[in-house]
Order: sequence, then C-alpha cells, then structure tokens
Amino acid sequence: MLTKLKEIVRHRHLIQTLVSRELKARYRGTVLGFLWSFFNPLLLMAVYSIVFGFIMPARFPQFEEKAIYYSIFLFTGILPWTWFSSSLNESANVLLVHGALIKKIQFPIEVLPIMVVATNMIHFLLGIPILVLFFLIFFPAAISWWFLFLPLAVFVQAIFTMGLSFLVSALTVHFRDIKDILSNLLTLWFFSTPIIYPYDAPQIQNSTALKTLLSLNPMTHIIEAYHFAFFYGSLPHYKRLSVTVLVGALFFYWGYKIFDKLRDTFIEEV
Amino acid sequence: MFAVQASDLEKCYKRFANRFKYLTVKSALVNKTLFADLKEEDKFYALKGVSFSLEKGKTLGIIGENGSGKSTMLKILAGISKPTSGSMVTRGRISALIELGAGFHPEISGRENVFINGIILGLSKKQIQDKYAEIVRFAELADFIENPVKSYSSGMYMRLGFSIAINVDPDILLIDEVLAVGDASFVPKCLDKINEFKRKGKTIIFVSHDLNTVERICDEVIWMKNGLVEMSGYPKRVVDAYLEYIGRKDEDKALAAHREDAAAEKNTDKKWGSKEIEISGLQMFDGQGEEKYVFAAEEPMNISFDIKAAEMQDDFVFGIGIFNSEGVQCYGTNTLIENYQARSFKGKGRVSLKVPALNLVNGTYFLDVAVHKRDGFPFDYHHFCYTFHVVSLHQDVGICRIPHEWSFSRGISIARKKDL
Repeated sequence: MLTKLKEIVRHRHLIQTLVSRELKARYRGTVLGFLWSFFNPLLLMAVYSIVFGFIMPARFPQFEEKAIYYSIFLFTGILPWTWFSSSLNESANVLLVHGALIKKIQFPIEVLPIMVVATNMIHFLLGIPILVLFFLIFFPAAISWWFLFLPLAVFVQAIFTMGLSFLVSALTVHFRDIKDILSNLLTLWFFSTPIIYPYDAPQIQNSTALKTLLSLNPMTHIIEAYHFAFFYGSLPHYKRLSVTVLVGALFFYWGYKIFDKLRDTFIEEV
Repeated sequence: MFAVQASDLEKCYKRFANRFKYLTVKSALVNKTLFADLKEEDKFYALKGVSFSLEKGKTLGIIGENGSGKSTMLKILAGISKPTSGSMVTRGRISALIELGAGFHPEISGRENVFINGIILGLSKKQIQDKYAEIVRFAELADFIENPVKSYSSGMYMRLGFSIAINVDPDILLIDEVLAVGDASFVPKCLDKINEFKRKGKTIIFVSHDLNTVERICDEVIWMKNGLVEMSGYPKRVVDAYLEYIGRKDEDKALAAHREDAAAEKNTDKKWGSKEIEISGLQMFDGQGEEKYVFAAEEPMNISFDIKAAEMQDDFVFGIGIFNSEGVQCYGTNTLIENYQARSFKGKGRVSLKVPALNLVNGTYFLDVAVHKRDGFPFDYHHFCYTFHVVSLHQDVGICRIPHEWSFSRGISIARKKDL
C-alpha cells in the first residue's frame, strides 16, 4: 500500500495538470466563468433558506436570534457537501468518459478519481473565502480560533471521499446501474446528514433511532467538524472525529484495494 | 542486445459482460461472485503463447488479419494491458502511436493540449517547452494552435497527436495503423520521420495492413494468425506467404460465392434471352486447370461454360465481357468479331476461352457471358452474374496492366530496389 501511495505521489504533476485542465475546461464558454464555483452553492443555499426559513420555518433554538444565522449554517454545510456529492457523481463517470486514456495509452488509472476529488476540492476551497466573508458581515461573533481545525476536517473528508470515489469509479465500470443508484442515494444521504438541520436539534437528540443513524454516518461528523470550526466556534467533537479519521482511512484503504484489484478489467470493460 | 523480448505471451479476455447480464450488484456482492473464477466458456484467448525478440535498432512489422491478436500484443507492449501469462521485457522508453490525441480536451486550446498530452505521455513541462516549437511546426498548425481543439478537423487533430507522440523521443516506437488516416502530404512526412528514427538507431514496431509499407520499412516481419505467430523472418518472404494465404482464403470464399450464385439460378434481372440456346455451369480455371476465382495479375485464366440447345441452331455467337467494379468495361469480344462463322449446334456442348495472361490491376471484376444471334437477338445473356478477383502486389492503376518495360539513357542514375 505504501509503495502504491508513493506511486500516486510520483504522478503529482500529472494530477496537477489534469486538475488545472478540468478547472479551465469546466467553465470555458460561460459568461460568469469561475464565479460559478461560488454561485452554485450560493443558489442552493438560497433555495433552502427560502424553503426552511420562510415557507416551512424549522424551529431550532440556535437560529432563533436572527434568520440569517440559519442561512449561514446552511452554507457551512452545503459547501463541503457539494464537494462530496459532486465528487461521487463525477467518479461514477470518470473512467467511462476517459476511456480513450485507459484503453489507448499507458496511463495510471487511479489518477482519474483523484483528479475528480481534487478538482471538486478546489471548487470547495474557493468557496471558503465567501463563507468567511458571510461570517464577517452577518455573524462576526462566531469567528474564533477553532477555525484552525478546518484543515483537519478537509483532510478527513478528502480521504473518505477518495475511498468512496475509488470504489464508485471501479464498480461503475462493471455495474452501470450505480450511476442511477448513486444520485438517489446521495439525496437520501444529504437528508441523513445534519446540513439543513443541526445535529443537536431536540428532534434528533430525543430519538435513539435517529441519533444512532446519524452517528453511524461518517459525513455527520465531517460536516459537524465544519460546523464546530465555523458556526459554533467551539471545541470540536474530537472523539467522534478521531473515529471518523479511522473510518475514512479504512474506506480509503478498501476503496483503493478494490480499485486496484479491478484495474486490469477496466481496459476491457470501459 | 534486444530491445523487446516476449516469451510465451498469453492473453485471455474474460467475458464479464455476459456473466453479469443476469446478476445484480447485490447478488454479486453477497455471493462474492465478483472475483470468482470464470468458467471455461467465458474465456477468449487473444494470444496463445507468442514469443519473439527484437534487436535494438531494428524495425519489426506485425501483419495479420483482423482479430489475429496484433493490437492486443501492441497493447501489452505499450504496457496498457497485462499479459495473462508469459512475460514481456522491454528496454527503454516506449511511445505508442496507438491512438493519436488520446486525452485531448475539446474545449481547450491546441497549445494547452500539447502540454497536457505531453505530460500524460510522460514528458516534463520543461521538455515540452523545449520541443513545443518543433511539435507545432511538424503538425503545421501554427495558425490554429490557440484555437480550441474541438474546432480542428480530424486531420489537424491527428497531425497534432502524431507530432506530440513522435516528439516524446522514445527508444521504442509502437505504431498501430495510425498512418491510415493522414492525408496525401502528411503520410510521407510521417514516413520520413519514421525513417529518421530508424537512422537514429531506434527500435520500431509497426502494425499495419499496408503490406507495401511494411515490406519497405521493416527489417523483420511477424505474421500473426489466431493469436499465434504463424511465420516470422525476412519481410519479403513473410509478406508473400501472407498474401498467398489471403489469396487462398479469398479463393475459397470466391469459390463458395460462385457456387452459391450458380445454385440460385433465379437472377432473372441479370439473365435474359429466349433460351433456345442455354448457358449453364460457368467455371474459371487457372493455368493448371484448377478451379479458381482469385487470380494474380499476370496469371493465365480459362473461362468455360456449358451450352445446350433442344432444336438445331445455325445462327449463334458466343461472347464475353469483363467489367471492373465501377462497371467500366475492361474488355469484350465475341466469336463474330473474331470472324467465326456459326454452322450448326444441337444437344450439349462446352465453350472455353483461354487468356494466357490476365494483365488486370487489383480489384474485383464482373464477367458477362452471352450467346445470341448475329443480329444481337439474345438466346441467353448473363449480365454481371459472375465475379472474380485480381490480387497483386503491384500498385499500378487504371483498367488493365499493359505489359511494359522501362529503359533509360546513360546519365540517368536510377535503379530498381532489389526484391529483398
């Protein structure tokens, strides 16, 4: 495994180049260009703010004070979630889309899912300054040194996403159904993760079933880490987060292992 | 010292697609059939134990029919796929011209794609910068290099891909039939570049159906058949043996097709006439009297057919016509033109026409045979009912191959390439 990791590091220039190509190509021809990286999560936030702030307002004690707090809370969660969900959605396609590379030239295939996760990570990181700006304008009280935990949250999410990306990209080659399953699964997963509601909402804390379900979801703890680092501005849930680090590492390991095992079949099946 | 050594290469393709047709993800995971061994009938051997070695600096040609395993072998050589068993040892950097421009992104400019493609092919940024001008010059794309690749014509796309791949400066160059898509001016340029590689002492492996080029540029040729090396060695010898095999195979096919056509006697739109004299059982033979429908350019041919008439006839003319695939008549004659005077015929008989040397160019030909009255009234006319093929290594063009010989005055230095 270690030698494989070294191999991946050896390809960093290739990954860099491919990521910058993806970033360049993504918005080429659009009027707003790179700004779409910011607008997409902003628009999503706007939709949820309208639905859950005005149409069917959820009563969470955290947001009683000001309606805008809920929007900021939403944005804190949606930003990393977008990274996660777009990474998985794109991973399902990435090997098929780049079939020519796999079939026709000698190419380190694992670079492709890495490229997907890295590209989306950059979109995510570009959104962070906007998030900080929101906090500065609307909720300066929340800003604290705990935001230094951000890199840790990003790291955990990166390895967890990476592992799933390996798994999804490799299996989709053989089971094309995964693409369809995945989009539905991600919707379900989105609502099973404390993004549009806080984890310590009484509705969840009072129900053992809901609480267990949410605790078993690694994304809960990852998104919570962002909430702690930005929104709550307090000591993160370090115990649960360290377990999540392990789970993330395990996913990475297994994801890569299955990917590696299926690698030789890609040429024939893509 | 060898540059490439393959020993006992086997490549087995597993037919995953069939296996999973009736499976779901769940059952595959639950029953762990994902990695289970495959049944024998789900396997297909594309290579069945191929061994060869190639000296550094030599050019190897690989020929063979479609599906004989050429591309599979090239993919293993390029390191794209792994052999199921056996080993492939290569020395030096390999560049594979298997698909040109693999990994080009249509939305971004040619210049950016040069850099990305170069990095994909294993060059560093610095190396690409050094070679950038040469790549663009060779591809003849200086005016378009800033445009997105999606606006390129397929020729431009191919030229850029070829130019990058060849500038990777490999020790071993693999070429898979990519020259087939180039236009008339670019292909010679590519061939020049390939010759330059040869002069520099690089190793080249060349897969192609263009037997002439193979014969011209290769030092050694391997003929692959059904995943095995059928023959290897001296280019001329292998190419000739291959051509002979293809000819034989075409012959069998042509023979079968001929018999089929003969059996289906119903082609009424191709046959007409009053049937007072009837033609049947047309056959073609070579000089040795062997039935055959594929001929070499200068081979003798013998056309022969049965006739029968119920009543006594005293006015009849036999004629033939040879047409090429475009429908152009290459030759036609009849017994009247050649001053034969019909006297009488009744019952059964056989008519033969002997051609000492066919002298036609490569291609498929149609044969007309007819028997009619002197004034043209048809008894039996068979139009385009019979086909035969001419296969030759000559690349001459036109309708027929006129027997010829070149001669040159003194002072003109010109020599025929020796038949290797």
